[in-house]
Formats: sequence, C-alpha cells, structure tokens
Amino acid sequence: MNPAGLLEQVRRAWAIAKKDIRIYYLKGPVLIFGVFMPVFLFLAFLMGSRQLPLAFLVSGLIGMTLFFTATAVSPAIFPWEGSAKTLERLASCPVTVETIVFGDMIASVLFGIGITAVTIAIGLALGLPLLHGVTLAAAVLLAAVCFSAIGMLLAVPPTNVPSNIMMLSSLIKFPLVFISGIFVPLEQLPTWGLALAVCSPLTYFADLVRYAFTGVSYFPVGIDLGALAVFTLAFTAVTMVLHRRTMSRRM
Amino acid sequence: MPDAIEARDLTKVFGHTTAVDRVSFSVRQGEIFGFLGPNGAGKTTTTRMLTGVIPPDGGTATVLGYDMRTDPVQAKQRFGVVPETANAYTDLTAWQNLMLMGELYGLGRAHAAERASELLGVLGLLERKDQKVQAYSKGMKQRLILAMALLHEPELLFLDEPTSGLDVQSTHLILDLLRTLNQAGTTIFLTTHNMEEANRLCDRVGIIRAGQLVALDAPERLKAAIDRFHRIEVSFDREVSAGGLAALEVVHTIAREGDKWLMTVEDTDAAIQALAALAREHGAAIVALNTLAPSLDEAFLRLTGEGTS
Ligand SMILES: Nc1ncnc2c1ncn2[C@@H]1O[C@H](COP(=O)(O)OP(=O)(O)OP(=O)(O)O)[C@@H](O)[C@H]1O
Ligand SMILES: [Mg+2]
Repeated sequence: MNPAGLLEQVRRAWAIAKKDIRIYYLKGPVLIFGVFMPVFLFLAFLMGSRQLPLAFLVSGLIGMTLFFTATAVSPAIFPWEGSAKTLERLASCPVTVETIVFGDMIASVLFGIGITAVTIAIGLALGLPLLHGVTLAAAVLLAAVCFSAIGMLLAVPPTNVPSNIMMLSSLIKFPLVFISGIFVPLEQLPTWGLALAVCSPLTYFADLVRYAFTGVSYFPVGIDLGALAVFTLAFTAVTMVLHRRTMSRRM
Repeated sequence: MPDAIEARDLTKVFGHTTAVDRVSFSVRQGEIFGFLGPNGAGKTTTTRMLTGVIPPDGGTATVLGYDMRTDPVQAKQRFGVVPETANAYTDLTAWQNLMLMGELYGLGRAHAAERASELLGVLGLLERKDQKVQAYSKGMKQRLILAMALLHEPELLFLDEPTSGLDVQSTHLILDLLRTLNQAGTTIFLTTHNMEEANRLCDRVGIIRAGQLVALDAPERLKAAIDRFHRIEVSFDREVSAGGLAALEVVHTIAREGDKWLMTVEDTDAAIQALAALAREHGAAIVALNTLAPSLDEAFLRLTGEGTS
C-alpha cells in the first residue's frame, strides 16, 4: 500500500467526509435548517412571484437550495476544527491538505444533494413533469461539487473564528444568488445583468434545471454543462491551492 | 542504521519572535529522546515542524528517512503523535475516534477494531469506549489520545508533554506504557519541562531555551550537574548580616526574598550545619529552613555555563 497514492488518499478523504457528516451535518438544527429552508424559500417565492411560470420558480428554488445547502456548513468546518485543535490531529495524520479539503467537499456534496432531493420532490409533487432526468442528475452532481468548492473557498481566510467566516460567506453568497437569473428570467435581463449572470455558476445550474423540467433553456445544454464543469474544476483547483498555502497558519 | 529523526538548522519565526532558532540534533532509532525546556522555549514549535504540522522557515527535518517537505505522508504513516492539546473529536465516542484513526491510517476495519480494544484495555478505557469524549476527564482524554497515536503501531512516537496536568496514577500508566513500547523497539521523542521525568525515562536529552538548543547530553551528566546544585531557604528571628551568610564556604549564591534568605549550595548537609553554627554565633534562632529540589532553570544555567557567577 502506498499511503500517498491517489486511491488511498481518496479512501481517507471518505473517512473525513463520514466524520464531517456525523459531527456537523447529522445535527438536529442543521437538518431542520436544511429541510425547512427550501419550504420557506418556496413560500416566499410563491407570494412574491409576478405570474412567473411554476417551472421557472421551481428551477430557481432548486438552484438556491443546492447552493445554500452545499455552502452552509463547509466554510465553518476549518475554523471549528482549527480552534478545537482537531485540525492539527488531521494535519499530523498521513493525509494531504487536498485530501482534507476533498473530504469536507464530499460531505457538503452529499448534504446538498440530499436536501435538494427534497426540493425536487416538492416540484414533482406540484405536478411538474420531469423531462430530462439524466441531465438533472448530472447537473445536480456537478453543481453540488462546484458549490462545495465555493464553500471551501470561503473558508480560505485562516481565521479560527467561525462567525467571521459565516459573515464573510453571507456577504458573498447572497449577491451571487441575485445575479444568477433566479429572480428574473435570463431572457428579461438587461445586457449588464446578463453580463453578471454569466459569471455565476448558479446561472447555468438553474438553466439546466429549467431545461430538465420544461425542455427549454436559455443557453444550449452543452454550454450550461461545460460552463458548470469549468467552474467546478477552477474552484476546486483554486481552493486546494489556497488551502495548501494557508493551512499551517491555522495551527 | 539511519537516524529516526534528523533536524538540521530548524528555524521558525512568528512575527518578531524567533520561536526556534537553527536547532540541529538527531534521534537514534530505538532511543527515548527527551526535549526539555521552560515554557515558551520552542518545544511545541519544534515538534510541530518535525511532525509536519507547520513548515519550517528554514532548515530541514528528516523523519524515518523521509524529508518532511517532500514526503510528509510517507513519514506520517509510520509515526504517531500525541500533541500538546488533547485533540480527539469531542462529539464522537472514543471508539469512533479510534476507528476514524484506523481509516486515516489505512488500517483494515477488523485489524483496527482489534488494536483499539487492546489499547483501550491497556489504558483502562474499555468500559467507557462508547461514551462521547466530551464527558471524558483530562486524564482519560490524554489516554485516548495516546491510544489514537498508537493504533497503527508506529515505529516512532512524538509526545508533547504527555503527562502535564495528570495525576500520579495516569502519569505512571503512561510512562510505563512508553517504557514497554520502547523495549519493543519504538523510538520515542518526548518534550517535557519535568526534569524528574526526563531523568527517569530518557536515554538522551536536548535542552532548548529561547529557541536555541543549549545542551544535548545523556541525563546522567544532567543529573550530576543538578546534584551539585541545591537550594536552601532560611529565615531567622533576627537580623543576620548578608556578609556573614555569604562568607560561608558552602554557599554559592545568595539572595534576599522578604524575610527569607535564598541560597544555592553544593552540599546540603554541610550548608545546614554551617547555618546552624552561624545562627548560634549570632544568638539568632532559625524560624524556617527548607531545602528545595533544584529547578530546571538552575540546571540550564549550570549546563550552559551561565550560572558560574
Ligand atoms: N502560532 C503561533 N503564533 C505566534 N507565536 C507563536 C505561535 N506558536 C508559538 N509561538 C511563540 O513561539 C515561542 C515558542 O512557543 P512554543 O509553544 O513552541 O513553546 P513551548 O516550549 O512548547 O512552551 P510550553 O512549555 O509553554 O508548551 C513562544 O514565544 C510562543 O509565543
Ligand atoms: Mg509546548
């Protein structure tokens, strides 16, 4: 067995993910937040909507659910573990920084997908037809990884005070949602709005979900998937590089 | 046989403090190496650099033949660490913590479970294994950390003040286990500021002060140096002149502290006899007289040749 080999490190990342799920995700308040958030978002959406089609509402809702759940807990894990010194334990184990980051990403991917499945179920229960299931599954998986990487990216500043990071991530997360064509369909956005929207991975994900339920999307599906994939790779790579640099400053 | 640990010019700077300043030493395979120093000397920082938790700002650490900069995972796979602060996951049970370690070190599930039971048994935690670590006492946490460090049967063990704050029983349990492990071939790197512990346990000790390695020797020499150096605290019911005390041949140094005189002497017995004689001479009575074990600082001073004044 080569402990530094890729396969072995992936297995160890999975151990870290299981630990995260057990400690940080399978907690009453976190789960309740996760399940109720889509419901409340949905109600708020319904009341505020100006005759927008249900498919558009649900695709925005699914986009927000996945985005918020996949980035909800992960930014705080490093600060928590840094102050509890458990991060030092991980750092002295035969795992790389990338493995630790990857493990945290897996946990948030699973949490995001799990809660998003609830939202999708609500959409289906409301009578939305699922036209492209495979596309939806691919989009959810890809976007979950992408948003998890964003969540970990928000954790890069090496502070061990979770509330600092939570504040910072809200400052970044909410504007990102607003520019992502979730509240206003992409077709109705002015040019500058569209210019902003294409910078957000959430835009492509919401567009893909809309396609899955209506067969119509603003961008071609290939572009949506490609853009999402590029964002995913870029965010994952950047978060790994940055964490490798800042990890030792948390100790 | 290559050295288990080789530190060469290890340096770490935090802001304006040089926490560790060009420290070089090596630890042979199979020995118990003690790393001594007062608070803030740089023991933990050195240990963290050796265990790959923080990168050095200068110098190199080679552990079990691996350069910690290029092959940290390979080295970590083969050593265990008991850090300064107990760092088990408090939301997990002892058993879950151990199983997590098993997975992080790539042990098979059955093997990990077997090792975990064995270690929890030796360390007296078997009955509490399914309790969350939150509810553990300090001593129990420390024993669990030791079990976590030993699960993968490391050939080298780093311990950063493993017995600090523990009661006599836990301390004995841990030190006995370390001795047993060492007899079975495990190399041990131990930081402490407890002279006694270092004396009893270590084959060699390195002494660090203000980031610099000031002595590296077998504890016998250290001990010899300390044995030559005792402190006596004495107070009289009336004024006795400093000159009279300092004139005593056995007295090395003397200082006044409140109504007490504090002196360092080589021969305790001769000093007490001399003090009694001096008191009689002055018609003074001795109100209190204490002999104190030599302090670490005095040993440092002695060993580094700065205490000759
Ligand atoms: N993360 C850090 N940031 C800034 N300064 C630090 C950091 N860690 C240690 N230091 C400083 O480095 C010096 C050495 O600290 P270190 O913890 O290595 O000492 P030590 O010998 O382990 O002391 P103790 O016996 O109290 O555990 C101290 O002056 C300390 O303040
Ligand atoms: Mg220390």
